[in-house]
Amino acid sequence: MSNQASDIVLSVQDLRIVLDPSGIDIDDDVSFVIHQGEVLGLVGESASGKTTAATSLLAYQRRGAKVADGHIDIAGTDVLAASRSALRRIRGGLISYVPQDASASLNPALRIGDQLMEILNEHSFGSSSADREARLKQMMDEVLLPSDRAFLRRYPHQLSGGQQQRVAIAMAMANRPKLIVLDEPTTALDVTTQAHVLDTVRDLTRSYGVSALYVTHDLAVVACLADRIAVMYAGRLVEIGPKEALFTGAYHPYTRRLLAAIPDITGERALHGIPGWAPRPGQRVAGCAFTPRCDWRIERCEAEFPPAEGSGPDHQVRCWRWQEVRAESVAGDAPLLAKVDAVCDVVEKTVVSARDVTAFYQSKEVLHGVSATLCEHRCLALVGESGSGKTTLARCIAGLHPFKIEGSVEYQGKSLARESRGRTRAERQAIQYIFQSPYSSLNPRKTIRQLLAQPIDIFFKLDRDGREERMVRVLDQVALDASLLNRYPEQLSGGERQRIAIARALAAEPTVLICDEVTSWLDVSVQAAIIELLAQLQQETGVSMLFVTHNLALIRSVAQEVAVMNDGRIVELGVVDAVLEDPQADYTKLLLADTPTLPAECRV
Amino acid sequence: MSRGSDSSLDPLQPLETLEPLEPLESIPLGGRPRREWVQTISDAWRMRRTKIGFVVFLVLLTIALFGRFVAPYEPTEFVGAPFSLPSAVAWLGTDFLGRDVLTRVLYGGLSVFVLGIAATVIGVVLGVSLGLVSGYARRWVDESIMRMLDVVLAFPSIVLAMLFVSILGPRLWLIVLMVGISHMPRIARVTRAATVEVVARDFVTAAAAVGVTRRKILLYEVLPNISSPLLVEFGLRLTYSIIMIAALSFLGFGMQPPAADWGLMINENRIGITIQPWTVIAPIVLIGALTVSTNLMADGLARAMMGIDRDTAVI
Repeated sequence: MSNQASDIVLSVQDLRIVLDPSGIDIDDDVSFVIHQGEVLGLVGESASGKTTAATSLLAYQRRGAKVADGHIDIAGTDVLAASRSALRRIRGGLISYVPQDASASLNPALRIGDQLMEILNEHSFGSSSADREARLKQMMDEVLLPSDRAFLRRYPHQLSGGQQQRVAIAMAMANRPKLIVLDEPTTALDVTTQAHVLDTVRDLTRSYGVSALYVTHDLAVVACLADRIAVMYAGRLVEIGPKEALFTGAYHPYTRRLLAAIPDITGERALHGIPGWAPRPGQRVAGCAFTPRCDWRIERCEAEFPPAEGSGPDHQVRCWRWQEVRAESVAGDAPLLAKVDAVCDVVEKTVVSARDVTAFYQSKEVLHGVSATLCEHRCLALVGESGSGKTTLARCIAGLHPFKIEGSVEYQGKSLARESRGRTRAERQAIQYIFQSPYSSLNPRKTIRQLLAQPIDIFFKLDRDGREERMVRVLDQVALDASLLNRYPEQLSGGERQRIAIARALAAEPTVLICDEVTSWLDVSVQAAIIELLAQLQQETGVSMLFVTHNLALIRSVAQEVAVMNDGRIVELGVVDAVLEDPQADYTKLLLADTPTLPAECRV
Repeated sequence: MSRGSDSSLDPLQPLETLEPLEPLESIPLGGRPRREWVQTISDAWRMRRTKIGFVVFLVLLTIALFGRFVAPYEPTEFVGAPFSLPSAVAWLGTDFLGRDVLTRVLYGGLSVFVLGIAATVIGVVLGVSLGLVSGYARRWVDESIMRMLDVVLAFPSIVLAMLFVSILGPRLWLIVLMVGISHMPRIARVTRAATVEVVARDFVTAAAAVGVTRRKILLYEVLPNISSPLLVEFGLRLTYSIIMIAALSFLGFGMQPPAADWGLMINENRIGITIQPWTVIAPIVLIGALTVSTNLMADGLARAMMGIDRDTAVI
């Protein structure tokens, strides 16, 4: 690929998007170009303005946002100045969009063949309907979907999530656009499906010379896909450069911290979160918005936003101290997690065990005779894709599964009742469950004090001072300040909420902590901080932990043992290092191969 | 909607799908958020309709509570010939027995208010309890409660009330109870629908997991989260209660002569409507104004709850 000015497909200059009518900026000073056939990864945390910037390329702003300034030029067409009818030709013709959730973006009442044909008709593709029929078949072949009549006559709900996303990609590619904007198209998908969709995107852009803007919050996803990466923070591009340069020696402290927050499946490097959270529009400070979270901050950072500088036109950065940052090596430190040699099979040390647990969802069997044991001071990770039964198993242990269960769940050798109501108070206290979404697990009508008081009042008879003291202690354990006690959950960020949920579980002084996908709702930087916290808590308090996740890369940083689940069965069980380095089950190998990681070994 | 890939760019697309990781409401705020129903009321208060409704309601309440102290005569005192037109002696004329209409209007409001509010409270308490239990328990408990309520719902409410009143006689407590019971199914349905939504959220499971009792879960976890729809429902049911109480009085099942009551007044004097219309018009206007005022308030609350902040919006 050549980087001459002539093959620039997209050029964005000084784009500024503000909230209307308050004038608070969502995006400011965003400039970048995309060359022909190039994939640019646009990376940023939630509320960084990346989606707003991406949709503005199609001259679309969500309600309440408007473009205040700037130019967007796609293959010689000024998009922002285009008329309504011109826009109809540009969208889907010159530039197309693949949304995050294909299931929500396909019309559920139309057969997929009709939907695909619609976009071809709309842009009068080819010269005859025979041309369009042929193109339709070709499109389906391109995204590796069957092109027979029976398949095209299906409705979106009759396709899997991955298939729906492929249809959306086929639709975006239909008229051979110059540029395709992919807005986190794989976030809602399982890792294996995600890998297939990423492969499809890569093949299509390479084969047809289509440029792409890939918007994501996860650097690992674009690591193998993108040619260049742009990092966005608080509505501004802080660094843009070739992928290799960014991964081996980023100039901006934020990019470096973001890289350190990506879970490393090789386990050579410890996971580090970024304290705090990304500011939303309206909360951003003057000067460089990253200042409050930055280790390199100087007085000047608070006063003015640095200009774009860099080693060349290819690698630009906006930091006052980028040269010092560049000089620092990127060496990561080794993880602190205690290693174990073998899976614990000592009966005396077993805290919780599931024996031949078969669970039903209504009348459907979803777990087929699963056995697993959790020993004291250990963390067992349950890994699997959605529908593998990992959460069901965790819920069976916690007494939260509302349907029929066969087999037994034992706590310290004693069989537990199926429902938590049937268990003794001591048993309920011993096993604490942390839910996936901190937005749903905290009652929005209660203050943090009331939330934390609930387990304390039930399990311990404490006076007012004792209760208060314990609340402050658990908040301290999760690195939160006692001043939050009078706040309501909606006044906290997602990461802080999840810490409150962890604190609530700790307040019961459990022996077993069940963490159900506790980071899947959080940004990568916050996820890393939560994982750090959990690993540290496990070391300090010696609590046993059951860590349920779909992300294989995370478990190195938190777990000693791992059970890989597929279709309601445990397919592989072992020590984390052994399973990740030398997987035995085919399914584990597949899962490992599909887990996105940093570009050491990109499959091409 | 479907324009190929453009469908995703439809301006009607909800905001949430664009930034899925952290919902937009997760913006940490500086101020202390108020209780949900307090917020709903304060949002509703910004609307003109709520203010008008409240002022009218307040005026009528004042008339009903304190009117008797400024009334020129006793409610059963004869002041002139039956159906005499307004004069200096009787500003609104006299009724079919020659009693002062103004006095009877000033006396006759209290029963409408007291009975209306009492019936609504009974309906809300019964309906909310059944709705909460039904929405939380699900399965057969849910089914039996809801089907039982469907039976109640199958009767036109006024017929249901009349049925019991004609069996047991026109007793006030019975009328209040029957009006309350006739509200129960609808309130229970609203409560159940809201409860089901809240119960599906993890914090309810979390409370159950540490062993919070069902009663406490319903009262402290679920109820505070459904207060806004209940507030709206209360306002709406109050309107219907007033209409039904007045209607039952009109039909002769409510307040009994010689008591002064707006509903009863309409019935007693309707034969003279062509001779002395004021004796019928006055209570009609007052009952009408009262129901409109409560309805305006309920409407304001409903709009506030749904986040419609304009007065003119069409629902």
